[in-house]
Amino acid sequence: MSKARKTAHMTLVYILLTVGAVMMLMPFYYMLSTSVKAPEELYVNRLVWFPSKIVWKNYADAWNEEPYFPRYFFNSAFIATITTALQLLTSALAAYAFSNIDFWGKETVFMILLGTMMIPSQVTLVPNYAIIARLGWIDTYKALIVPFTASVFGIFMMRQFFQTIPLEMWDAAQIDGCSRFRYLWVVMVPLARPIFVTSGLFTFIGGWNSFLWPLIVTNSDHLRTIQVGLSRFNQEFGTRPDLLMAASTLAIAPLVALFFVAQNQFIQGIARTGLKS
Amino acid sequence: MKPSHSRKYARDTMAAYLYLAPALIILIVFHFFPAFYALYLSLFDTNLFGRWNWVGLGNYAQLLRDQDFLRSLANTGKYVLGTVPVGMALALVIAGLLNQRIRGLATYRTAFFLPYVTPVVAISIVWTWIYKEDSAGMLNAVLSWFGIGPQAWLLDPKWAMFALCLMSIWRHLGYNVVIFLAGLQNIPAEYYEAAEIDGASGWAMFSKITWPLLSPTTYFITIISIIGSFQVFTQVYVLWPNALGGPLGTTRVVVKYLYDMAWGSYQFGYASAIGYMLFAIIFVLTLIQRNVAGRHVHYQ
Repeated sequence: MSKARKTAHMTLVYILLTVGAVMMLMPFYYMLSTSVKAPEELYVNRLVWFPSKIVWKNYADAWNEEPYFPRYFFNSAFIATITTALQLLTSALAAYAFSNIDFWGKETVFMILLGTMMIPSQVTLVPNYAIIARLGWIDTYKALIVPFTASVFGIFMMRQFFQTIPLEMWDAAQIDGCSRFRYLWVVMVPLARPIFVTSGLFTFIGGWNSFLWPLIVTNSDHLRTIQVGLSRFNQEFGTRPDLLMAASTLAIAPLVALFFVAQNQFIQGIARTGLKS
Repeated sequence: MKPSHSRKYARDTMAAYLYLAPALIILIVFHFFPAFYALYLSLFDTNLFGRWNWVGLGNYAQLLRDQDFLRSLANTGKYVLGTVPVGMALALVIAGLLNQRIRGLATYRTAFFLPYVTPVVAISIVWTWIYKEDSAGMLNAVLSWFGIGPQAWLLDPKWAMFALCLMSIWRHLGYNVVIFLAGLQNIPAEYYEAAEIDGASGWAMFSKITWPLLSPTTYFITIISIIGSFQVFTQVYVLWPNALGGPLGTTRVVVKYLYDMAWGSYQFGYASAIGYMLFAIIFVLTLIQRNVAGRHVHYQ
């Protein structure tokens, strides 16, 4: 390619990417700008792109209109955190067995686990609801946490990593009188830290964003998650874009913050799932 | 086998199952068993409490005659066709643009990826207003620059499915871009250098190098996009909160229908049968794709 053609080519690339990126970000701009608009710029028959004054009070109003908002946030943070911690624990334990121990039924159990990944969660929605009802867990934190404390995908990801740690290390540790559990805890888990971060991120975000399950297993206000609470708020205040955009911004903000903090782990984690297949 | 060895094997097996126990118990109770329990439930007319009438395969027979169910299947099919090919093509183009050793790669990637981390409920509320039917809606405001009059995106049966697809493509684009980009970066640069020396055109390079070597990635994205699209629910629930899914039911997808049957009319057996039909469809599609992939996917 000649130099002039190359410059023209790259200019086109940048123009296309910039136009695309602006289009992708426009809904966010719409959300943020609407969340701080005054009524006179909101209820007119055209879109005001640039609010002439910033009304932060909308956020306070949204927060006050729904007295349970703090509770919704707490619930989602609590559920997502506990679920993530427990899922990492059960995954690490199971992945350890699959990667480091030779035992009866290993291949069969592993294949069955992989098989369950094929089953869409919508198939198990009704039976799981029936099980939770039978256990008397409807409208409890248990219903929102326990079913998600183990994940085949989490086990699989961790096993892949654990397998790269040479078994000779275990032989050496054994000579030093190290127990299996201590070895897992002191040697393997610290080595697998990147996998813990990635896997934990996905689980946390999945927990924060989940909707259908919390929608069906909770009834009372104080157990609602932020997504279910927000959906209720939407049905109640369907004519108040200012309040709805403020509330949506608040629900999105923690995830966007988390994403910016852990962006690389996140993107590499996704890129890796694509390459492995 | 020496006795000492078999004793060690027995001891190891014990230890292994101890380590597996927490995960296995949860997975058996909430994943493995429910898959069979769903099949059992689908043979009953039940509200899970007082009413338990055995109907055998009656639910399935009824499903095949149920116009609402068949329409929800058709709607889901339209949604899959409206999101997967377009979403993948766009993602591939963007990944290709990002793969040109550009400056500011991380910033662009973030812009495309950001929608993917947002909760569906919150972002669907935002899009509800983007799709507002008057000139205050953002989409209508943008289109007015090109002289296009306002449309009732969510209320007009002609546009509802389009609106649903557009939002979903927007939200998932970044995920596919990241995977495609990783796939592109995985192709050795020497192939392109060699082709360039031979005077190959851009199109030749794409069709002879990029496309075949990218096929495992393309296959992966196709499968997970289709499976994901069949399970769409939340967007429909939030965009059309007071309806059975879209104007005249035009966006009532399978999972929304399942939800309405179970938690709207307490037909839990019937809803289980819907779940199983969904499973069967996804399963068959995956098998077909695996078959096709066997012939067309080239692993390096």
